[in-house]
Amino acid sequence: MKRIRLWAPALLLMSPSLLALALFVYGFIGWNLRVSVTSWRGLLPKYDFVGLRNYAALMSDARFMQFDVPHIAIFTLVFVGGTLALGFCMALLLDKKLAGDALFRSVYLFPMSLSLIVTGIIWRWLLDNGNDASTTGLNKLLESAGLESLRSDWFRSDSAWAIAAIALPAGWSLSGYVMSLFLAGLRSVPEELREAARVDGANETRVFWHVIRPMLVPVLMSAIVILAHISLKTFDLFYAMDAKNIKIDTPALYMWFTTFDGGFYARGAAIATLLLLGVALVIVPYIAYTVREERRR
Amino acid sequence: MSSLGALADVRIRSRAAAYWTSLRYVILFGLACLFLTPVYALLVTALKSPEEVSVVRMWSWPDSFSLDNFRSVWPKLEEGFVNSVLVALPASLISSALGAGNGFVLAKWRFPGADFVFPLILFGMFIPYQSILIPMFQTMSYLGLAGGLSGLILVHVIYGLPITTLIFRSYFAGLPDELVEAAQVDGAGMLATFAFVALPIAPPAFAVSLIWQFTSAWNDFLFGVLLTSKDNWPITVALNNIAGSQAVPFNEAMASALLASLPTLLVYVLLGRFFMRGLMAGALKG
Repeated sequence: MKRIRLWAPALLLMSPSLLALALFVYGFIGWNLRVSVTSWRGLLPKYDFVGLRNYAALMSDARFMQFDVPHIAIFTLVFVGGTLALGFCMALLLDKKLAGDALFRSVYLFPMSLSLIVTGIIWRWLLDNGNDASTTGLNKLLESAGLESLRSDWFRSDSAWAIAAIALPAGWSLSGYVMSLFLAGLRSVPEELREAARVDGANETRVFWHVIRPMLVPVLMSAIVILAHISLKTFDLFYAMDAKNIKIDTPALYMWFTTFDGGFYARGAAIATLLLLGVALVIVPYIAYTVREERRR
Repeated sequence: MSSLGALADVRIRSRAAAYWTSLRYVILFGLACLFLTPVYALLVTALKSPEEVSVVRMWSWPDSFSLDNFRSVWPKLEEGFVNSVLVALPASLISSALGAGNGFVLAKWRFPGADFVFPLILFGMFIPYQSILIPMFQTMSYLGLAGGLSGLILVHVIYGLPITTLIFRSYFAGLPDELVEAAQVDGAGMLATFAFVALPIAPPAFAVSLIWQFTSAWNDFLFGVLLTSKDNWPITVALNNIAGSQAVPFNEAMASALLASLPTLLVYVLLGRFFMRGLMAGALKG
């Protein structure tokens, strides 16, 4: 009785949120899973059972297997790798106090406050692929810098790697975030620890390698996990860049168009389930690790 | 001799340090220029007079400045702008208020099973929303909430709960247990402790949570485009509709992109450090 009186108000306070999340997150995930094993097509819901037929169909679906999956793999590789490298370098450059460092930090971080629709609209024009007299955007800039050899058709290139061009706006938007993560990590290394290593005769490179690097591993893990899951689920940036360009088609876009334009609800639900699986694969271990670390402290 | 050697060593080192500092400035400044390149194109294009604009002259300085572009796109954006304010303000207020309660309970009033519930709440922050879109659309249509603004507010509140809960949980974790125990000794229950001990110190956490939620709701596109009809489009959907095709004049696209970003840019410039803390919370770094 006493226990009930102790815990009841707490549970009561949380119950609206818990109920809402139970329904809108877990209930909806289950519901989506259910839709993915039906043959629902068109506006009227249909809850029959066709087993894994939609998943099997996706495995032999050219758009999914030959475009979307390779695209998202290439994009994730280039975007995560590039953003990590850039963000990390910016953090290293800004680690030691410097007059005006706050200004640099703000400049590198501000693109993240813009919506990805805005980012996409700006970059679609910057990555325009006009030729000769109609050359514009980055190509024009490269041309006037004498770097014509670098000009490219970007996301309209005739190459499987065209989608890698979208890593430019995506990295522009998020490398400041990675910088902030690494800066917080660098600043959490106690100065005494660095000083002790220096007293022992270590030069700055060795201080970095033996003292700082090991403490940055958890930050690196968080950054990779966060960027990878963003890469898998991002929709609006691609949509604003060039919604119906097959060269930058991804599972997230395919899901949208096939479901809400085409009415292939069952197929859309199957793509969504696969996306969720991909994200869960990186996120669940990450949450488990974070919660366990916190309990140990 | 050895002291002279040490002196020379110090001098070389300090010269190397000065050299390194200047090199850092050069690289940092170069990077800043690269980050601002898109902004330059955006600003000069939006501020050119419409007759002067052409895509191939994207980088050239305006002959004369003009606000005509803003004047011509604002009527098309105004409704979306107002809708986004009407969605983002209540959504951020409600989800922060609920998050404050959740965060307090999970930090200081852990009921049995709280350790099990917390990771489940967190997971909701990371799911790809594609995996809930179909059920969400069905439910909202069934409830008659599709098309209008209230449905959009509702989903922003619910999917904002994981991060607001996390922000407040991290913040209240810093509240000394002795204070909570002292309140209990004085006969205060959970709600009284929350209201009179935790809430008075919570304004900084509210700032982080409100700013983060406002920015997310303002910048959302996916929920807006699925759940609202034309009259109720939030700004991102209206913007994509105006500026989202190659047929739209370049200057109008840039001017509307700038107008649509003003509120979040303003928040970022004025309250940037709270924005940063929201970022850290999103990485589960409290």
